[in-house]
Amino acid sequence: MVTATSSLPQAETKAATKSTQLTREKIRAAWIFLTPMILVLLAVAAWPLIRTIWFGFTDARLSVPGSGEWIGFENYLYWLDYGGGDGEWIGILADPTWWRAVYNTVYFTVIAVSIETVLGLIVALVLNAQFAGRGFVRAAILVPWAIPTIVSAKMWDWMLNDQFGILNDLFMMVGLISAPIAWTSSPDTAMWAVIMVDVWKTTPFMALLILAGMQMLPGDIYEAAKVDGVHPVKVFFKVTLPLIKPAIMVAVIFRMLDSLRIFDLIYVLTPNNVQTVTMSVYARQHLFDFDNFAYGSAASTLLFLIIAGTTILYIYAGRVNLSGDK
Amino acid sequence: MNKSILKQIGLWVLIVIISVYALFPFYYAIITSFKSGSAIFQVTYWPTDFSLANYVGVMQSGHFPRNIFNSILVSFAVVVLSLLLAITASYALARVRFKGRGALLFTILSVSMFPQIAVLAGLFEMVRYLGLYNNLLSLILAYMIFTLPFTVWVLTTFMRDLPIELEEAAIVDGAKPHQIIFKVFMPLMWPALVTTGLLAFIAAWNEFLFALTFVSNDAQRTVPVAIALLSGATEQEIPWGPIMAASVIVTVPLVILVLIFQRRIVAGLTAGAVKG
Repeated sequence: MVTATSSLPQAETKAATKSTQLTREKIRAAWIFLTPMILVLLAVAAWPLIRTIWFGFTDARLSVPGSGEWIGFENYLYWLDYGGGDGEWIGILADPTWWRAVYNTVYFTVIAVSIETVLGLIVALVLNAQFAGRGFVRAAILVPWAIPTIVSAKMWDWMLNDQFGILNDLFMMVGLISAPIAWTSSPDTAMWAVIMVDVWKTTPFMALLILAGMQMLPGDIYEAAKVDGVHPVKVFFKVTLPLIKPAIMVAVIFRMLDSLRIFDLIYVLTPNNVQTVTMSVYARQHLFDFDNFAYGSAASTLLFLIIAGTTILYIYAGRVNLSGDK
Repeated sequence: MNKSILKQIGLWVLIVIISVYALFPFYYAIITSFKSGSAIFQVTYWPTDFSLANYVGVMQSGHFPRNIFNSILVSFAVVVLSLLLAITASYALARVRFKGRGALLFTILSVSMFPQIAVLAGLFEMVRYLGLYNNLLSLILAYMIFTLPFTVWVLTTFMRDLPIELEEAAIVDGAKPHQIIFKVFMPLMWPALVTTGLLAFIAAWNEFLFALTFVSNDAQRTVPVAIALLSGATEQEIPWGPIMAASVIVTVPLVILVLIFQRRIVAGLTAGAVKG
């Protein structure tokens, strides 16, 4: 910081004092600037999170004013003793519906994010090529991203309609299916309907992040590969893919965290369908629909822990630098 | 020669597939919204009707115009508030070295990854305690949880790249930190502010979970919830025409914004992730 080069010791000290004073002033200003933001984040993130975790250990119900006694881990797991050695485990961790929700969420996340990564990579490769109208295609793929999730759910709900849906019409015309399918209500296809919409809506995000990674690649590698006569497919797998791996990793993390908490799409597209109840849907049902605020809070806490755990694991395993310090 | 033509054809086939795949659902919503009566139940691939009945219906019935106004109000307030809070905060994070800066940045990034459901119960209690239930202020407050970390993050990466000489010159001239931000940096930051503001606007406009939970009064709802809950005369009868019309109404402004600002949006999206 201090770069006074004067040979006079006195002047040097003076400069140094002035400089530290300036720095101190600057740091004080920095904290003043940061305070409003920190206060808002404490109010909307830290405090509500703490309260949610707290409620998970109580018997709070919205219909019972003043309820909220501490009951320990009973919402999570509790041995209900019938006496005489008889009894059963109750609580979220003993609830098959919860485990079904966990399974649904993980299934959805793995399948949807995998498809999105592959499609995103293809779209990014296409957009990375030179062709007339590239700007148009890039704008076109931004459309699904910009459309509100609720609207895309409704649009697809209509296209997937069992009687009047265009997708059944199209698939039957092509000969893919012989009879109309009730995509969103049939247990076999409900999850795939959700995946279909999610892939449509979020592949653009994936593609744009991967494209940004591609555009940072140095062009001379490709020149060299071309001169050496390396096959383009080989170039892709040996050069491009390893180099854009960090960009893909970041995109996958973002998408995974998003998928693990999916709520709106399922709430609108396949309501009340056991096949597609995810952890967020399960938690909200208990919080507000089943009048089981504490139980729902406990489920929310579990989801929070799962997401936090996944993030840490992924960052650790992928050595992805998210801290932003250069 | 032959090979490169094949390659060109392959590329163009892909381009057409991608464009049709991306645009078809919205196109189909538009042509559906112009069909009235029983025409809606006829699957057609090309526009056939141009009836405005669904649009007139949705704008005249219920609270839809009011819902649009609510969404605009909430989204604008969220953008202004998060930009105001983020500009000064990101100056401190980008340009001042202080103890705990790394930890603070990391915490902000973690907040942006919070599942919304994890704060839902706590926020609900707070909203009721403050008497903000059924009040749009509850949404403006709650939306800070996802717009603020993102805005701070992107503005910080942007401000970090501004030349240090500018700041040094201003300090030599005796400028105070707030003068540096608003007089020296602000004029240079417009592109970043537009980008982050747009992304925050779209995020607030599209939000569903909080809007569904903190508002139960039809007149106070925002558009995503209004569309999700749009129902027909009977329970079985889903009013697809009006739903598609409403969907088109709330999406067209977004699509126009995206087309105008596509470069900025792409830059902002990737700055939020890759550059960090």
